[in-house]
Amino acid sequence: MNGIHDIGGMHGVGPLEVEKDEPLFHAEWEKRVFGIFFGLAPHGYFNLDEFRHAIERMGAAEYLGSSYYEHWLHAYETLLMENGAITAEEYAARCTEVAEGMD
Amino acid sequence: MGSAHTRPLSDPEIRVKALESLLVEKGLVDPKALDELVDTYETKVGPHNGAQVVARAWTDPEYKKRLLEDGSAGIGELGFSGMQGEDLIVVENTPEVHNILVCTLCSCYPWPTLGLPPVWYKAAPYRARAVSDPRGVLQEFGVDVPEDKEVRVWDSTAELRYMVLPERPAGTDGMSEEELAALVTRDSMIGVALVEATA
Repeated sequence: MNGIHDIGGMHGVGPLEVEKDEPLFHAEWEKRVFGIFFGLAPHGYFNLDEFRHAIERMGAAEYLGSSYYEHWLHAYETLLMENGAITAEEYAARCTEVAEGMD
Repeated sequence: MGSAHTRPLSDPEIRVKALESLLVEKGLVDPKALDELVDTYETKVGPHNGAQVVARAWTDPEYKKRLLEDGSAGIGELGFSGMQGEDLIVVENTPEVHNILVCTLCSCYPWPTLGLPPVWYKAAPYRARAVSDPRGVLQEFGVDVPEDKEVRVWDSTAELRYMVLPERPAGTDGMSEEELAALVTRDSMIGVALVEATA
């Protein structure tokens, strides 16, 4: 399926921006997102191809408007809910708790 | 981080914290293992690995031959292997050919030798233009490839990744393998830089 991820040769996606002496991660949360992949990997909720496909299923605006590790986060949310590892309700409730500082 | 936030958490911060705490509760993620993994990629895996491969290839013609015949095995000889390096082809820059890497579909990259890719490699502009205007992209990185020199663009996939073996710079004849490795940059192994004789 053609999706926004298939971006080779596309015009108008903005200038090339290269950061000097770029850190490996730009925020603590990016490290957690990166690490979660390997924690989840052995549990069989998804494989690498499903993971990538979950990113490729993102809508164009969300895909282009979010960062690399936000794509990963989106994929976890999608696949863990689709495969029943977490429910949308408990996840929404936990997000509210975290946002309100009750965690 | 503590419970007293000095600023409101961002949207991804909230989602990651919530997700990790649920996964830890369910026994799916071990926060300690997660810390160790991040540490591995921050301190152990990175372009210094690839630089050793390049320096060995520059100084040992037999090794270089094996490396170009079977990249994964050649890199494995130096002890580097693992995720995103299972099938790896090393492409050699020569006076006639300049190679550059991209992953137009996402972010595939030779992790065992280069570590995790920089943001620009994963971002839309590089992925879009590396295949349509490679010479222009190279110019933006400060690499002018003469008109009569061929540019080859390698589009990585989930199954097959690439690494560039840059040209050994002139004036490095007396250098040891270790000294040579210190000259080799990440960007030169992606193909968007040349190796200079002085680091």
